[in-house]
Amino acid sequence: MKVAFYPGCVSKGACPELYVSAKAIAEPLGLQLEELTEAPCTGAGVLSEQNPELADSLNGLTLAMAEAKDADLMTICSTCQGVLSGVSYHLAKDEKRLEKVNATIGDQGFGLRYSGKTKVKHLLWMLFEDIGLERVRAAIKYKLTGLKIAPFYGCYILRPNEQLGLNERPERKTYLEQLIALLGAEPVEYRGSTKCCGFPMLTFNRDKSLSMAGNHIIEAKDKGADLLVTPCPLCHLNLDGQQPDAARVLKTTIDVPIFHLPQLLGLAFGYSPKELRLDHHVVPTKGALEKIELKV
Amino acid sequence: MQFTIEIGRYNPEGTYAERAVQGECFPPPWDKAPPKHYQTYTVELPEHAVVLDALIAIREYQDESVAVRCACRSAICGSCAMWVNGHAHLACKSKLTEFTKDGKTRVESPPSMPVIRDLVCDMTTFWGKHFKVNPWLDAKKPEPGPMEEYRVPNAAMEELIQEVSCISCGACLMDCESFAVNPDFLGPQALAQAYRYVGDPRDSKTRDRLGEYSGPGGIWDCTHCYECVTQCPKGVDPLEQILKIRRLAVDAGFTNNPGTRHADAFATSVKHSGRLNELTLLPKSVGLFNVFGQLKTLPSAINMIRAGKLPPIIHKSIPGVSRIKAIFDRLGGRFK
Repeated sequence: MKVAFYPGCVSKGACPELYVSAKAIAEPLGLQLEELTEAPCTGAGVLSEQNPELADSLNGLTLAMAEAKDADLMTICSTCQGVLSGVSYHLAKDEKRLEKVNATIGDQGFGLRYSGKTKVKHLLWMLFEDIGLERVRAAIKYKLTGLKIAPFYGCYILRPNEQLGLNERPERKTYLEQLIALLGAEPVEYRGSTKCCGFPMLTFNRDKSLSMAGNHIIEAKDKGADLLVTPCPLCHLNLDGQQPDAARVLKTTIDVPIFHLPQLLGLAFGYSPKELRLDHHVVPTKGALEKIELKV
Repeated sequence: MQFTIEIGRYNPEGTYAERAVQGECFPPPWDKAPPKHYQTYTVELPEHAVVLDALIAIREYQDESVAVRCACRSAICGSCAMWVNGHAHLACKSKLTEFTKDGKTRVESPPSMPVIRDLVCDMTTFWGKHFKVNPWLDAKKPEPGPMEEYRVPNAAMEELIQEVSCISCGACLMDCESFAVNPDFLGPQALAQAYRYVGDPRDSKTRDRLGEYSGPGGIWDCTHCYECVTQCPKGVDPLEQILKIRRLAVDAGFTNNPGTRHADAFATSVKHSGRLNELTLLPKSVGLFNVFGQLKTLPSAINMIRAGKLPPIIHKSIPGVSRIKAIFDRLGGRFK
């Protein structure tokens, strides 16, 4: 299946392990990734909050690029998903807004026009809605039996309901739990799974942001989690990258590894931890991997 | 239809019915909230019944000791906001059939606020925040005479319909993720009310208000998680109102804060390379001359470098970035 692949800035920046693992799992899933190399950053909500018109045009351009490839757009980041879903929702509803976007991108010589039809789907949604669980099941070579895994969705793939199509498809709020079970592991039920990691506030109010991240990991750990899995690299930056500092703020120790969604799939599909760059995390993944007899 | 309701009981005397089961402690940051005793009741009600119907039926016919706060029963007065299955909702607007999970509906006072008794929480903090934003009109002079109206264009007030719809039930604050870790945060309800007056053409204190809301505990302490938008029973979209104040505050020149620096650094990076430059974003947001702030981020930066997660030193632009720059030149406003 051909998809217009939007990797997002973070998978090309501070989380290269996400990009590598997403590319790796494409083949067993039968995904033909057509990367949108000329697509700009979504603005991660920062640009849209300050200048919605600018964000409409930048993201409208990305949607038009996907449309030109005649494929659905696939994200691997909850934040990219939220922003692109939001813009695509508004452009589909508001013809004037769409016309403005087309006027702007038309004048820049892209030779593109956006009709308002591109579907924006996170890899997590595609697994269930497009690729199909049969195909996922068939690709599993190594069951993750014995691991207790806590899902961590990231706000922008869960809220607001309307823009993300969750009123029509409420089951999207349970995909991570279903997937963890499908891969042979045990999903951990805890309140923090749908909460905010605090990343948007990291630069404004560092200690509060880190308390948020730390609290959720501690709750998952108390419920027995060996690791957390997230479809959002920005959550990963706070949960993994800042975890030692979060522990310091909360005056405790944490040490729970955080996996990207494609890394977890990759392990089940038989890739080695090294191929999935599980050795490039701030919190070592060794303990969790040893539990399923894998070595970094 | 038969419904099973599990009520989180709490009283300061610590006396509970024998069949009430003690619940677990709440996870952090609410671990200081007292654990509740959950008591299960069965009620017979029509299919269209709401949670509040069940609570009133229980109080009237089964157990008069259950404390519940309610008044209008029609989602107008805002008294009956409480946790239903772990999220803040108006009990009078939540249909039992929609809120039955694993055969029961769990109702309790939210752990984010002090509990007085059973389902009644102490709203003092909430009202304190509400009044802190001066939620009243400070009319421009000259004020109209006693027999005159203060006339404003219809369109100007239509802009404020969302904010005026707030019934001060507190559901947004109960589930606010910033408030959970930062009790000083003004919170979604107060800030949505703040915009109701900032956006009112009759108000004379717009600039003072914007300055005040830009300070600690104000608009930049929101974590942008959309919980308030999801939980608000009246469609106020508090987050959207906070973002409107952010835009107006920045336009009015209140820019010496990490939030504005963050947005500026973000925009500069996307404009010049089409992508986010993580290497410069954090130091620029903290403030290049903020030595203490920079030092605080240093341990994490070292951890990231040691893990091989340092973003590329040479920040590459996406192909065709000049056209992205052209879009910024055309629509960028202050980001031009």
